[in-house]
Amino acid sequence: MRTRQLELTGWGRTASSVATVVDASDDELDASTISELASPRGIIARGLGRAYGDPAQNAGGSVVRLTPGPIVLDPAGGTVTAGGGVGFDELLRHLVARGWFVPVTPGTRFVTVGGAIASDIHGKNHHTDGTFGSHVEAMTLLLADGTRRSITESSDPALWWATIGGMGLTGIIVDATFRLLPIETSRCMVETERMPNLDALLDRMESGDDRYRYSVAWVDLVASGQHLGRSVLTRGDHATVDEVAAEHPAAVDDPLVFHPPALAAVPRGIPNVLNKLSVRAFNEVWYRKTPLSHRGLESITGFFHPLDMVGQWNRLYGAPGFLQYQFVVPFEAVDTLRTIVRTVSASGQASFLAVLKRMGDANRGMLSFPTPGWTLTMDLPAGVARLGDLLERLDHLVLDAGGRHYLAKDATATPSMMRAEYPRLEEWLEIRRSVDPTGIWMSDQARRLDLY
Amino acid sequence: MNNAVKQPQTVLVLGGSSQIGQAIVDALVSPALRRVILAVRDPDALDVESIRFGSANVVAVGFDATETTAHEGFVADLAERFGDLDVVVQAFGQLGAAGLDDPIEAAELAQVNYVGAVSSGLAVARRLRAQGHGTLVVLSSVAGIRTRPSNFVYGSTKAGQDAFATGLGHALHGSGARVLTVRPGFVRSSMTTGLPEAPFSVDPTEVADAVATGLRRESSVVWVPGILQLVFGLLRYAPGFVWRKLDR
Repeated sequence: MRTRQLELTGWGRTASSVATVVDASDDELDASTISELASPRGIIARGLGRAYGDPAQNAGGSVVRLTPGPIVLDPAGGTVTAGGGVGFDELLRHLVARGWFVPVTPGTRFVTVGGAIASDIHGKNHHTDGTFGSHVEAMTLLLADGTRRSITESSDPALWWATIGGMGLTGIIVDATFRLLPIETSRCMVETERMPNLDALLDRMESGDDRYRYSVAWVDLVASGQHLGRSVLTRGDHATVDEVAAEHPAAVDDPLVFHPPALAAVPRGIPNVLNKLSVRAFNEVWYRKTPLSHRGLESITGFFHPLDMVGQWNRLYGAPGFLQYQFVVPFEAVDTLRTIVRTVSASGQASFLAVLKRMGDANRGMLSFPTPGWTLTMDLPAGVARLGDLLERLDHLVLDAGGRHYLAKDATATPSMMRAEYPRLEEWLEIRRSVDPTGIWMSDQARRLDLY
Repeated sequence: MNNAVKQPQTVLVLGGSSQIGQAIVDALVSPALRRVILAVRDPDALDVESIRFGSANVVAVGFDATETTAHEGFVADLAERFGDLDVVVQAFGQLGAAGLDDPIEAAELAQVNYVGAVSSGLAVARRLRAQGHGTLVVLSSVAGIRTRPSNFVYGSTKAGQDAFATGLGHALHGSGARVLTVRPGFVRSSMTTGLPEAPFSVDPTEVADAVATGLRRESSVVWVPGILQLVFGLLRYAPGFVWRKLDR
């Protein structure tokens, strides 16, 4: 067990705080260690630090990083059991070569199994496959009293659905067993289309998404006027061997090859280069380089995790960092979505990445984010004045439409927003208090949002 | 906790009836701000019902800058009652009489402006260090950068407070706790009513906006107005006869 005082932030590099960071393996965390680390300001588990705000930091307290642990594949059952600290990078390197894929992946391989469950992450296949948590069959939870409990949905339904999406506040997820997706190749067959404006995009997604496992659109939030909401829509599925043979015969010899490229890392200390001018130029090029319509093979990295090719890309926003603002509004509230796109476009904030997706059904996770509707995700540089005012306007629009914000991205929500957006919060708090009466699991986000 | 755009949830003002102190809280109002604690000598005399900071809950608590033995207990008690302190503003202070040369009065002024600042500053720092985050905002003054013959006792207390604040900021580096030292010039407030205005005079709101920006940028020192950094950079080295002449 290694212990250090470290200043931590989320991936957005905002709102830092200092904690005692403990690197520990599962068997080092017994009852006495837990009670020692918990005094006086609690413990939170941290994976690879890809949540954007403050859920995996704990000012003045302890932050536990679980060493990865084993990966055990059960090919007959189509499941894998992995330690809570295992990253999707390691997991995919193990699984893809053997013909399996994770049931849900976010936009980066650098998340852990524990973090994926605690945030109940979603991906481009939410409309067809739901969240990651919906594919978990069993997990082992390290509880506040230092004991371990193996739980399933049927053995402990309340604790199960409080833990999936529970931001690590019910216990540390020591390991989990989840179902996998069989794949024939490591390629994806992807259809890419250019959409001239927001309305064209919304129509296209509404009418065609259900034919594709994966669907997502990149939206240019800098463009305005008649180009407002111009976008690139990509939809696809894992390619079959036949599809690869037709498109790229040489690749059939090794259909499951997976060597994710890493080009370079952004160095420390560079200033914010993602200003309005550079983002406008970038968006223009990206939009123009996309053919009107195209169908072809893409690698797993190219399709799911393109930003992973640039290490530490979060440094591009300079010292002040950035926020990732993600909300979902019901399908009926499409006008609110239009208003928000217009508001951000008019505010002159440079949003480098804005991603739009149609979400499918919600699961039973009490604090799980996805609900049926449109979800928009955008990066906003944090260092600009009056950003607070813009966020306040957006928050109101989302709330009034009956929408909600995603806790894994959240960095500015308030306790009253939390209560309004998550009607099952009280139920969740009761379960949290029953398994952690003294508030041993604690994070900066939990303090900020009264999640205790 | 501060959020990602550095909006605090809880603000404590030591010297809570100070116009500048309250203007700073005004500049920090946001949907995130939940509680404002105004620490004043006589909390009963302060009409908290009439004070509005957005939708924040406002409370007044008793605090005396000269009761140094009580400071640590005072801060610990607040943390116990209200949780983490995100921003603490050290806004108390007195100007003292013009041409002050009475030893007893001078000692009393030093007791408030310097000794009280050191004691309460350390008590706050201890708490911020324990909670792993938070900023102490110290209202210093350009009067402490080069002391003027007409109010050098006041200037000397501010020089001491300023040196304490910047030193404390360095000492806290890496702990998550920070210090923002604020160096305003002449501020048009109730403390300076009737005094002749100096060049580069500002209103309390300008000080407050500079503090809000400094907090957002995590600055360690802000001058108000900013030009005073340059002006005092030069004035520090002005020959004595020039400096005395400027003070008339």
